[in-house]
Amino acid sequence: MSEPLLKVRGLKIGATVYPPGEKPHDIDIVHGVDFDVQKGKVLGLIGESGAGKSTIGLASMAYGRGGVKITGGEVWVNGRDIMQSGLGDIRKLRGGEVTYVSQSAAASFNPAKKIIDQVVEAAVEQNKFSRKEAEDRARVLFDKLGLPDPQNIGDRFPHQVSGGQLQRCMTALALCPEPDLVVFDEPTTALDVTTQIDVLMAIKEAIRDTGVAALYITHDLAVVAQVSDDIMVLRHGNMVEYGPVDQIINHPQEEYTQALVSVRSIDHEEKAPSGDPVLSVRNITARYKGTQFDVLHNVNVDLYPGQTLAVVGESGSGKSTLARVITGLLPPREGEIEFAGRTLSSDLAGRSPEDLRELQMIYQMADVAMNPRQTVGTIIGRPLEFYFGMKGAEKRKRIIELLDEIELGEDFIDRYPAELSGGQKQRVCIARALAAKPKMIICDEVTSALDPLVADGILKLLLQLQKIEDVAFLFITHDLATVRAISDSIAVMYQGKVQRYGGKNQVLSPPFDDYTDLLLSSVPEMRLGWLEEVIANRKMESAGN
Amino acid sequence: MKNIPISAMIGLFFTALYFLAAIFAPLLAPYGMAEVVGDVWEPSRIEIMLGLAPDGVTEANYWLGTDNIGRDLLSRMIYGGRTTIFIATAATILSFTLGSVLGFFAAVAGGWVDQALSRFVDLVMSIPTLIFALVVLSVMPVTVPVLILVMGLLDSTRVYRLARAVAVDIEVMDYVEAARLRGEKTAWIIFREILPNALSPLVAEMGLRFIFMVLFVSTLSFLGLGIQPPEADWGGIVKENKDGIVYGIPAALMPAFAIATLAISVNLVADWVLNRTTSLKGGRG
Repeated sequence: MSEPLLKVRGLKIGATVYPPGEKPHDIDIVHGVDFDVQKGKVLGLIGESGAGKSTIGLASMAYGRGGVKITGGEVWVNGRDIMQSGLGDIRKLRGGEVTYVSQSAAASFNPAKKIIDQVVEAAVEQNKFSRKEAEDRARVLFDKLGLPDPQNIGDRFPHQVSGGQLQRCMTALALCPEPDLVVFDEPTTALDVTTQIDVLMAIKEAIRDTGVAALYITHDLAVVAQVSDDIMVLRHGNMVEYGPVDQIINHPQEEYTQALVSVRSIDHEEKAPSGDPVLSVRNITARYKGTQFDVLHNVNVDLYPGQTLAVVGESGSGKSTLARVITGLLPPREGEIEFAGRTLSSDLAGRSPEDLRELQMIYQMADVAMNPRQTVGTIIGRPLEFYFGMKGAEKRKRIIELLDEIELGEDFIDRYPAELSGGQKQRVCIARALAAKPKMIICDEVTSALDPLVADGILKLLLQLQKIEDVAFLFITHDLATVRAISDSIAVMYQGKVQRYGGKNQVLSPPFDDYTDLLLSSVPEMRLGWLEEVIANRKMESAGN
Repeated sequence: MKNIPISAMIGLFFTALYFLAAIFAPLLAPYGMAEVVGDVWEPSRIEIMLGLAPDGVTEANYWLGTDNIGRDLLSRMIYGGRTTIFIATAATILSFTLGSVLGFFAAVAGGWVDQALSRFVDLVMSIPTLIFALVVLSVMPVTVPVLILVMGLLDSTRVYRLARAVAVDIEVMDYVEAARLRGEKTAWIIFREILPNALSPLVAEMGLRFIFMVLFVSTLSFLGLGIQPPEADWGGIVKENKDGIVYGIPAALMPAFAIATLAISVNLVADWVLNRTTSLKGGRG
């Protein structure tokens, strides 16, 4: 085998942390990692948040972000150890030999400059191409990446193209200087599934056509399986497993990898609706104050006691707005909400304490859903005090019971949210909602910000609690795997309308309407060749039409 | 509290010194506040030590000399500091309580309540504070409570601005929404959800505003509308002794020195508080 393009040996990365109230000290983020990337090959780096995958990606450009220092090891690019190179050499490397595609294209483009100026900048700066050549090259890349109007799209400003298009522009930016290696840092994580599939395909084809090597960083194993040749699984800055994609996906050796591959394997049988619905949303039409545009059009859904209704849709589909209408934060223009047999006041101020108690909410971002200056005991204890007037020992006993239900111990009672992990925070939020003994809980993207294994734990906990407490969930999500795992009925939303609504099995079985079909077929599946299959199917369909 | 930087240590030490001197003024002052003990503008021991005294003077009875009518300047400074610090502290507390409660309320209530309060504050702020205070004090009887009230109310507009800005940011957090959905009253949201999270920037601002209060009350006294003689305060001491500067008498500079050191030391402490809060935010990410 020839000398690899990128050779990393014993890479160690550290950082200085400044915990409040303690002396600053150094910690290790990555503890000695080895890997190779051959010319034209793609290595997928996968792991949970904090696994060190982005840090390793940036280290291949000899860069440490935000106080991160490369403390040891060798990084060889094209036969040179870049850790020993001077700053001048590293400048030639960055943007010339190695380029970078970041997670949020919207935050990475300068909003005041035209896209084309930013795309050609590195290529011209590195004297690889003249301005004219670089622009021609950029247009070819725009075309290759499937951007509309490739001749002129570069003359637009970043805010004039959509998120998925901007992400593709950023890929063009990275490919423009003819690099040897591109580092993709979660390039599709912030996109909707239907957009993600186009960007993934564009990236994959661009890699194939230009023969560039790539590091593909993501937390989504199903995505990385589509684009990589090799996969390295990382955890807490250590390598867990490293091998060809086929081995990792089909024959994982390590326990952790096996867990990642089989995540979301919860089996949940659809329950038949029984009794009167606990929540009936009737002909709701709503718009935000000061706008002339309805975000929700005539929405009708029912939720039965002890069941889960999943509201699925992409960003902008109105699913979170529906939650705001139900909770009374946004009074609707038309329609009404029936809850537990009574009609709810459209405005929060007009609702009785009983209405408020029986309808609880859990948020996406657990860190901002809890007051950072209150202890777990105060956070869970307040609803007990507020709704049931509990005090002292009685309240404490109930808090401990609730902590027990969410599988956290008694010693959590005096901790602050900052001392909890992401999954633990979300559990405390669940306990706070349960403390009110609600009939129904709205779960707004509660697992979206969590790592897959942690999210799995939360979903299992929710299902278990549903059995014990007989509470109904209105589950808002964009993730169809979650929907399969938890729901009894499903409402698919698109542009403020309910596109498809019914029992889980009915909604998820053909015949589909166009949008549901697109949505369902866009969810990455954990097997090789899935991406090609979907694209081939779509091409056949459009050819057939 | 282990890692207090040296600058904050110095700040804390001198701030504590001034406050203790103010509290125990009657015990510390060698003479009475209005007691005439010697000649006009007698030289001080410090001048002799530094070799700045007029020729032939080798002995002095007073640490800081005497003032324009022969009162002990050290005693006047200690009693004057007591008045100045008391008025500044009381006015700061008043302006912070009023300003932050109203600011938080405006942020939480929103809508026309916010508009009405904010525009009223803009109106008050558009008139220069000193001129406003001079006009009010020239028609009102100048007593300590009136002085505190005028200073506190005028300064609360600035605190209101800050508190409202901080609270608007906190008010959109999910935990505040969660409290609203629970049905909490406005008072709970202000004092339990918002206040603990807004405290750090407010405390840091408090140090700065306290110094502005010291300067404000000194300015008023210097202009003759603050503390009335024979009561002492630092601005008043400058006013009484300002004519001496022409003859090389440093008495008028003493209060200036005291105000400067107090300002610096309080600001050192405020800086430290500010640093701590920003690093805490950095830690949270």
